[in-house]
Amino acid sequence: MNSLLRSTARCLRSGAAVFLPRQADGRVLSAPARLLCAAADNQKDLGEMVKKDKVVVFMKGTPAQPMCGFSNAVVQILRMHGVDDYAAYNVLDDQDLRQGVKDFSNWPTIPQVYFNGEFVGGCDILLQMHQNGDLVDELKKLGIHSALLDAEKESK
Amino acid sequence: MAITADHIRDKLIKELAAVHVDVEDTSPNRCAASFKVLVVSSQFEGKQLLQRHRMVNTCLAEELKEIHAFEQKTLTPEQWEKQKSQ
Repeated sequence: MNSLLRSTARCLRSGAAVFLPRQADGRVLSAPARLLCAAADNQKDLGEMVKKDKVVVFMKGTPAQPMCGFSNAVVQILRMHGVDDYAAYNVLDDQDLRQGVKDFSNWPTIPQVYFNGEFVGGCDILLQMHQNGDLVDELKKLGIHSALLDAEKESK
Repeated sequence: MAITADHIRDKLIKELAAVHVDVEDTSPNRCAASFKVLVVSSQFEGKQLLQRHRMVNTCLAEELKEIHAFEQKTLTPEQWEKQKSQ
């Protein structure tokens, strides 16, 4: 699974590299045909990335080591609901992804959360969904049973 | 262009017909790099959270290019009254 994610990210990077032909790592592009539709590819790849996993998060840092308070908040909220199995993409690793995902969702900030390929929102929205109970329902629609439901039962 | 809390407040009042706006500069040394806003507008009625946030993002699209972090809360006047009474 992990390697699949990595290969998509790599694919996205090479597709978007046309905007920054001289990247620091001196990547050589070997598929010229791909360059012609690089911008479209970038968005198409993102379309596939967000659909491949039920829960997808674009964040700064990783779930194990978030590099921003807002990204950390998203990780903590998901953890509270027992959602551990999700795809997390670190936008700090990839400037093209960082801008690409903002264009894709028409949303100016990171983190960004997707459920079943649908844009849910950023940190504020996820937090409010957590507070008003909507998050439990939305997870249920994905077939994910929130761990908070069990915690409630135990405390009763 | 330096973005001020007043500028953000004025724009939200003007473009979203907000009846109440709180703007807080949340950057560590109040250097206008990050903001937290509360917007109360009847234009939010019947709209999902995501739509409301998109309205605010659209209104402040130019400013958000300069702002590093932005938190927002969007309420209808009715929700605002309810929250105040709690």
